[in-house]
Amino acid sequence: MKYGYYPGCSLEKNARAYHVSTMAVAKPLGIEFVEVDDWNCCGATEMIAIEKIPAYALVSRNLALAAKQNGSTNLVAPCSACYLNLKKVDHYLAENKQLKEKVDQALEAGGLSYQPGTINVQHLLETIAVDIGYEAIKEKVVKPLYNLRVAPYYGCLVPRPANMERFDDPEHPTSLDKIIKNLGATVIDFPLKAQCCGGHMTQISENTALELIRRLLKNAADYEADMIATLCPMCQLNLDAYQDAVNAHFGTNYKIPVVYFTQLMGLAFGIPANELGFGKEIVSAQPALDKITEEAPKPVRTRERGKQHTELPMPTQAEEE
Amino acid sequence: MTHTLTSRPSTLLDQVIADTPGKAMNLKACLQCGTCAGSCPSGPDMDYSPRAIFAMLEAGMDEQVLKSNTPWFCVSCYHCMVRCPQEIPITDIMYTLKRRAIAAGYYREPSQENAAEFSETFCDFVENSGRSFELGIAMRYHLRHHPLGAVKMATGMGMKMLSRGRMDITPTRIKNIDQLKSILKKAKELGGEE
Repeated sequence: MKYGYYPGCSLEKNARAYHVSTMAVAKPLGIEFVEVDDWNCCGATEMIAIEKIPAYALVSRNLALAAKQNGSTNLVAPCSACYLNLKKVDHYLAENKQLKEKVDQALEAGGLSYQPGTINVQHLLETIAVDIGYEAIKEKVVKPLYNLRVAPYYGCLVPRPANMERFDDPEHPTSLDKIIKNLGATVIDFPLKAQCCGGHMTQISENTALELIRRLLKNAADYEADMIATLCPMCQLNLDAYQDAVNAHFGTNYKIPVVYFTQLMGLAFGIPANELGFGKEIVSAQPALDKITEEAPKPVRTRERGKQHTELPMPTQAEEE
Repeated sequence: MTHTLTSRPSTLLDQVIADTPGKAMNLKACLQCGTCAGSCPSGPDMDYSPRAIFAMLEAGMDEQVLKSNTPWFCVSCYHCMVRCPQEIPITDIMYTLKRRAIAAGYYREPSQENAAEFSETFCDFVENSGRSFELGIAMRYHLRHHPLGAVKMATGMGMKMLSRGRMDITPTRIKNIDQLKSILKKAKELGGEE
């Protein structure tokens, strides 16, 4: 299936592993990505904080270029912030006439135009979980990730906000869990799976960000995760590159690798690790990958709930001899 | 103070509603339930919780609202927004408050930690090259505001990122930067808040 592709600035460099592994798994899944030619930055969470119309116009240029190049089609963004900005601008342009009139004029100054609704913006997780589907993923698995304990981390901007059409629950998403489970790995319970990584606060108020990162690392460690699988370059950067800073700040000793879910998919599909961007993470994923076994883990027996009581358990007194 | 739907935007509350897309009008129906405050991951570091900000807007405490660090400490996680029983687009309102604070010249308060200037530095690179440039943004922003932090970054994490090929040394420029500049120039002319 053919999709428009908007990599975003992070995937060009900082999150190269995400781009490389996305391209590597696209082939076996039968996805053809056509990159939007000459796309520009989506403005992240910064542009909209400074000026409204320029922020909308900035994103609209990408939508206009995508529509011009590929016609009415799906546009896939692997970065959560890019995804939300593209989706949000398309949504609000359709809803708000005044806003659209101004954005139209701005685009016209660059010889472009865009009709909201022309492009269907998708996050990569949606493309893989919904369009491709779990069964098709399972079929491609040749090297199951047995005994690898993975914390599925969604972050914020893919599940939320919920005022636009969404494919997963805003607070308790499960699509990434299901993908990882179908790769043969053990998905751990990860209550903070949709909590914030601190976003750009590492740059503005480091203490605020470090506390948010610490919570996530602690939660993954408490549930004995071997690694965290993410779908967002910002989340990966914060949890991976600031892990040392968290350890220094809180006197902890976390060493939890943070990888992109597409890297794990590639491994399970039998693609060599060096073609999936492994090694670019700051906390090495190798020790975790070494835990993968060829044998499936024995099914975990849930703790027996004691004897089958037919009535409420009551305290009993020790019998006298 | 009364707010009518037909009158010209006058109070900050009205301006915020006019300038935020979506159901910003619901702000007037805020129940003060505090779900937003309880859901906010950076709430403990804010001068006032989102709930308090909305009460202050209603009370006309415009200056205190715009001088507070609250919108600048919003991490944009949208938890408040999906939980708000009145469906107030809280995160989008925080963005509007940031723009209002800049317009009013109230964004250099010490508690705001130069957040606006970080955003401005980011936008500068985007406007001039069409792409974000992490190294340039971090260096320009930190050298100006936390020179020690810049040194720490350059020698510690920066080196690790560079050695793993995760950071560009020079910015990337899109081909049709002139087109983007024309679009943004026009957008800025039209960009006056409603």
